[in-house]
Amino acid sequence: MLVFILRRLLQAVVVMLTVAFIAFMLFQYVGDPVTSILGQDATQEQRDDLRRDLGLDRSFAVQFTRFVGNAVQGEFGLSLRQGRQVSTLIAERFPATLELALGAAVIALGAGIPLGVYAALRRGRFGSQLVMTLSLLGVSLPTFLIGILLILVFSVTLGWLPSFGRGDTLQFGGWSTGLLTLDGWAHIILPAITLSVFQLALIMRLVRAEMLEVLRTDYVKFARARGLSNRAVYFGHALKNTLVPVITITGLQLGSLIAFAIITETVFQWPGMGFLFIQAVQFADIPVMAAYLCLIALIFVIVNLVVDLLYFLVDPRLRIEKSTAGH
Amino acid sequence: MSTPSPTAAPNWLARWRDSDIWHSFITSPMAMLAGFIAFLCIFVSLFAPWVSPHNPFDLATLNLSDARLPPAWMEGGDKRFLLGTDDQGRDLLSALFYGARLSLAVGLASVLLSVLVGVGLGLLSGFAGGKVDAFIMRVCDVMLSFPSILVALLINGVGRAMFPNAQDTLALGVLVLAIALTGWVQYARTVRGSTLVERNKEYVQAARVIGVAPLRIMFKHVLPNVLGPVLVLATIQVAAAILTEATLSFLGVGVPPTSPSLGTLIRIGNDFLFSGEWWITIFPGVMLVLIALSVNLLGDWLRDALNPRLR
Amino acid sequence: MVAPLLEVKHLRVEFPTRRGTLLALDDINFEIAPGEILGVVGESGAGKSLTGAAIIGLLEPPGRIASGEILLNGRRIDNLPYEEMRKIRGRQIGAIFQDPLTSLNPLYTIGRQLTETILTHLPVSAEEARQRAIRLLQETGIPAAEQRIDQYPHQFSGGMRQRVVIALALAAEPKLIVADEPTTALDVSIQAQIISLLKRLCKDHGAAVMLVTHDMGVIAETCDRVAVLYAGRVAEIGPVGDVIHRPSHPYTSGLMGSIPAMDEDRERLLQIDGSMPRLNNIPRGCAFNPRCPQVMARCREERPELQDAGATRAACWLVNDGARPS
Repeated sequence: MLVFILRRLLQAVVVMLTVAFIAFMLFQYVGDPVTSILGQDATQEQRDDLRRDLGLDRSFAVQFTRFVGNAVQGEFGLSLRQGRQVSTLIAERFPATLELALGAAVIALGAGIPLGVYAALRRGRFGSQLVMTLSLLGVSLPTFLIGILLILVFSVTLGWLPSFGRGDTLQFGGWSTGLLTLDGWAHIILPAITLSVFQLALIMRLVRAEMLEVLRTDYVKFARARGLSNRAVYFGHALKNTLVPVITITGLQLGSLIAFAIITETVFQWPGMGFLFIQAVQFADIPVMAAYLCLIALIFVIVNLVVDLLYFLVDPRLRIEKSTAGH
Repeated sequence: MSTPSPTAAPNWLARWRDSDIWHSFITSPMAMLAGFIAFLCIFVSLFAPWVSPHNPFDLATLNLSDARLPPAWMEGGDKRFLLGTDDQGRDLLSALFYGARLSLAVGLASVLLSVLVGVGLGLLSGFAGGKVDAFIMRVCDVMLSFPSILVALLINGVGRAMFPNAQDTLALGVLVLAIALTGWVQYARTVRGSTLVERNKEYVQAARVIGVAPLRIMFKHVLPNVLGPVLVLATIQVAAAILTEATLSFLGVGVPPTSPSLGTLIRIGNDFLFSGEWWITIFPGVMLVLIALSVNLLGDWLRDALNPRLR
Repeated sequence: MVAPLLEVKHLRVEFPTRRGTLLALDDINFEIAPGEILGVVGESGAGKSLTGAAIIGLLEPPGRIASGEILLNGRRIDNLPYEEMRKIRGRQIGAIFQDPLTSLNPLYTIGRQLTETILTHLPVSAEEARQRAIRLLQETGIPAAEQRIDQYPHQFSGGMRQRVVIALALAAEPKLIVADEPTTALDVSIQAQIISLLKRLCKDHGAAVMLVTHDMGVIAETCDRVAVLYAGRVAEIGPVGDVIHRPSHPYTSGLMGSIPAMDEDRERLLQIDGSMPRLNNIPRGCAFNPRCPQVMARCREERPELQDAGATRAACWLVNDGARPS
């Protein structure tokens, strides 16, 4: 088990280094590092000094090491567009994105898994087909369109819910949360639903497919042959075996949610990291892009590790060594 | 009771009509409806210049005084513009057709590229084995860590930064490349898996002993086995590619603004939602969803039809 | 005469397909007495497993019972609603399937799977159920049952797993066990152990067994009576010694003859020419007539019923009220 963790950690480091490399290349060849640190209005002398200080006249390896060193401390320089520290910008906006992603995850899982189970158990009946068609609609509607439609219905036509921003937030040290105010809740509902739809549809289809597979296995047949009740067969045996592979996918989805938040944040003008990233892409603001990239990679890597550990906890086949005692 | 098998070998048409795929298509109203809609969309896209009443991409024909007209059946509408106009005076109906054409073109091109890259790398990885295989799989792992939208945005962003004054065609090319690079991993993995399975089979080893070139083995035996799953994947990915392109255009980093795709139109319309001019957003939205939905339905049906266990 | 435990009368199982309806079991008749071991033997595709599935009520759709009756202790069970049949499964009729690896849920301990079955059918406490489970494991020859009861299936070898499966089948004390090829997936060296275990345990618990297999050696060792299936029909049925040594049906003779004997000196293996017909192509009259070395004109026209042929009953026109074919 220890070996396994070490191996995964090593893989994680490799991935992070690769991403750091890509980010570094961005800095070197796409943007101008000097400009990104000093800003647009710097004298030639200042540029030359900085060039020397930064070691831009040094070898590639030295520069890369320095970059990684800085990155690990969260130092990415100044935003080309806003002139502020990139790390500050991102830290300010991180809570907004995280809350949005968590909200969407709760909706996607809380609705997706039961619906998927329902669609598997009631296969062929009308309810199940309706659910499956809706899920197909869910993956055919682009996220931004869902957001726009929700705004059209609930903000423009009905006027029930607000359509942009986060509403009232409370500050706790470095963390600002919108979940403790009624206004904050009103603001998060539509964006969270928008962000969750795609994942919900995916999870539902996945759970259904897995459950159908599991329902055809020999051990389910044997469980039925032993006269176990439907509840025991479906929810005791089938569901547990279904959820094990679902864990991996769901874990990956959390990281995906944070990235897809880009779109939702744009539609609802939600002040999160994603919105920041879009503005950076439009403006070719390399430092922000690079920092966002590294952060997302870090989140993914951590989530992957956690999911792998969860697998260990849930599947006994991975935990215990196979014994070959006796016949 | 059963019918005895025919004495003469049936021609390919009869075989097709008797096949399970055709049968499951005909007995599924969903599949037929989806097929019909997809066919319609492809038709109007291919023949957009001939089917549309106007050419929305031709800047010379646009007249700003025609801007933001509502659909013809509403008050203030103009019979010339059946579904209304956008903020530049473009006829929405024509823009729908041309936009659909652009979306489909980008979608199909990127999936084609994806399939080529993915299948190629998968075959290479499976057959070469060793370090090459390990390297390609590492790349796959890293790429899978990234959500597609991020990859597309990044490549696009980098492209913009590197070529700030790019020509339209170059911008489109970067877009296609960006979308293509988000999807190739799945093909690579599937094909690699099948290649590994086939490679260990005795007949392949026997062929190698005789001296048949590995390339030939790959094409003759591995490819037919993976065509099914690759086809299903590709169909579903076309829908995803179209949606990705629409999203990128909506975010303002997709197709060039002078040749609007469905996503661009939606973005334009978004600004006018609150003033009640809903048609600029809704009609392109409906068209987009129809295309994506019908392609997804076809992909779903295809997967069920090709899966021998579900029959 | 003791009342039979299980009676199968004129059982027909069909599969509606898009190209027509296939009749997989065509007029199957047999009985099993309490405590008896009936072997059901035949080639692949003859319908052995389907018979077992029909009896426990787990025919996979679109397969369904078209007509006929299945009676357990004189009561019809083929037309019961699912919930009624569920109570019978496990409690009155147990089942053992072919592959012990896939028969057990890998995520649950075998103790949990055992106690769950016991608690479903018997009104005992959880502690009592666990004790029963341990006793069952000990009976099936699993060493250190008290510790191993909390282990997972993948921690057992193939033979051990099948012992666990047998314990699971017997957990609720059923009177009939349907065993579908219980040893086919096991090493030859273990097959004998498992078969003798099954025989012994069923005698101890007073359970009858319907043993489905294609292995005549197992049949000879274990069964009291045997039914030979061919193309979804019963070709011959009778006490095991008579069917093996004095078969009346030409197919049975061919089967017995094709098994090489240790004391014979043969250069070629005997086989029956041709192969069993496919379900959509069953010949008119007797299903075996294209391959039968003693075929008569009548065989191609009329389908024979099971008739007395001395010690056994055979579905063959050569049999004429006690007379046996040459």
